[in-house]
Amino acid sequence: MRLLVNKIAIALSSLTAILGLIFLGWILITLILKGSTALSPYIFTHDLVNNGIRNLLWGQFVLAGLASAIGIPVGLLAGIYLQEYGNHTRYADFIRDLSDVMMSAPSIVIGTFIYAIIVIPVGHTNGWAGIAALFVMMLPIVVRTTDDMLSLVPTELREAGIAIGAPKYHVIFHIILKAAKVGIMTGLILAFARIVGETAPLLYTSGSTIYMETSLSQTFPSMTVSIYNLATMPDEKLVALAWAAALILTIAVLALNLIGRFLIKDRRL
Amino acid sequence: MKNKMEINHFSFTYKGAKAPSLNNITLPVQTHKVTSIIGPSGCGKSTLLRSMNRIHDLYPGNTYEGEILLLDKDGNQQNILDIKKENEFIHLRQKVGMVFQKPTPFPMSIFDNIAYGLKLTGLKNKHKLYDYVEKSLRDVALWEEVKNRLYDDARGLSGGQQQRLCIARVIALKPEVILFDEPTSALDPLSTLAIEEMIFELKQNYTITIVTHNMQQASRISDYTAFMYLGDLIEFDHTETIFIRPKEKQTEDYITGKFG
Repeated sequence: MRLLVNKIAIALSSLTAILGLIFLGWILITLILKGSTALSPYIFTHDLVNNGIRNLLWGQFVLAGLASAIGIPVGLLAGIYLQEYGNHTRYADFIRDLSDVMMSAPSIVIGTFIYAIIVIPVGHTNGWAGIAALFVMMLPIVVRTTDDMLSLVPTELREAGIAIGAPKYHVIFHIILKAAKVGIMTGLILAFARIVGETAPLLYTSGSTIYMETSLSQTFPSMTVSIYNLATMPDEKLVALAWAAALILTIAVLALNLIGRFLIKDRRL
Repeated sequence: MKNKMEINHFSFTYKGAKAPSLNNITLPVQTHKVTSIIGPSGCGKSTLLRSMNRIHDLYPGNTYEGEILLLDKDGNQQNILDIKKENEFIHLRQKVGMVFQKPTPFPMSIFDNIAYGLKLTGLKNKHKLYDYVEKSLRDVALWEEVKNRLYDDARGLSGGQQQRLCIARVIALKPEVILFDEPTSALDPLSTLAIEEMIFELKQNYTITIVTHNMQQASRISDYTAFMYLGDLIEFDHTETIFIRPKEKQTEDYITGKFG
């Protein structure tokens, strides 16, 4: 009887795993089939106005890159504070809980919030608003990753550093961060991969444009928003372009995730 | 014989605890001798050791009374419990080094593990650094084993080697006192033997206090032994006296394995 239950459990869990894989494969195959038709060197050298995606790629990575450039240092320092300085204080616990809540906040809510506080006063969608929305999305992820990874570093290592006469900040920046380096790096890559594929926070903030744009105070090109726009166009060529853009974005995010996973596997200790 | 440290009427209470973990401890630590502190788990021996370089102060909220004096050659004394400033703490910890139960190599090369503390003292000269590193590694009998891979990650060493590296890291700073907190409890018998022999050598130049669970170890390596139980110092004497003719019944029961 127990054997039978065991077999049923194995069968059911295998079945659901296969089901998940089937859908994943389906998505990937569809993406590749539909995306590859429009895929050509041409689209990388032309902007959307000329049926290319150059400006979209540029826009997406500038938005995500600048959001990371602000979000990573701020999040790192906050994570360090939580684990190394404020640990077990009510303030730190509050911030920690808040980060958890923020992490599960729907991204459209964050987009709407930024729309209300930046886009409406400015009067039109702009790059800074997009960066702000992605920053708000990314910050709690970076904070919690840093916090978690630092918590894995054994207490003895901190004490050993202090015990040979190192000031606390020195122990944190030269010993503890080094010990948690791989984990934190992985977390940062995954956080970037997370925001680079986001649509909802950008929909009302950066918007998107068919032209190349270098000024962040203007409506800024965004690949994800444009995929959304193009997909609803009647022109089949443009829909095919949307598929190509989706394929490229998927490959980029997948690659980032794989790098992250690879780092985790490679970590020692 | 001169005392290096004197613990006088020292009591210690952890943050939030109702009862003190150490009650009115008075214990001398003699210069260039090995003093071991033994007792069952939870008797406060590690707490006492960790008070001797104020490592407890990493965690705020603990309270203490009494005094712990650190004496220099000329007989000047400093109550280390009075220390409040960060740079005085740093100075104290350079004079009173500590080796922990689990080996704690820093995530850097073997060379940098030892150079780290030296650089903190302001030593920048590359040749001098190298000389100090070599000397420290020779003192812990590790030089021959690692001289060809000084720049490899220290975490690649075996447990026993890591622990010797940690000791080298401490003695590179030329401390006056070295505190050992059960330094061999995570090691195999051969590595334990190597560390014990080293401690025997080290007492020529350093004053040593060691907390150990292992009574044989205490009897093998220490000149003086203190027996603690439930936060009290029950008995302190020459090691032979403690192990052969203890004055207190509790000490005798513990030594002979009747409890603990």
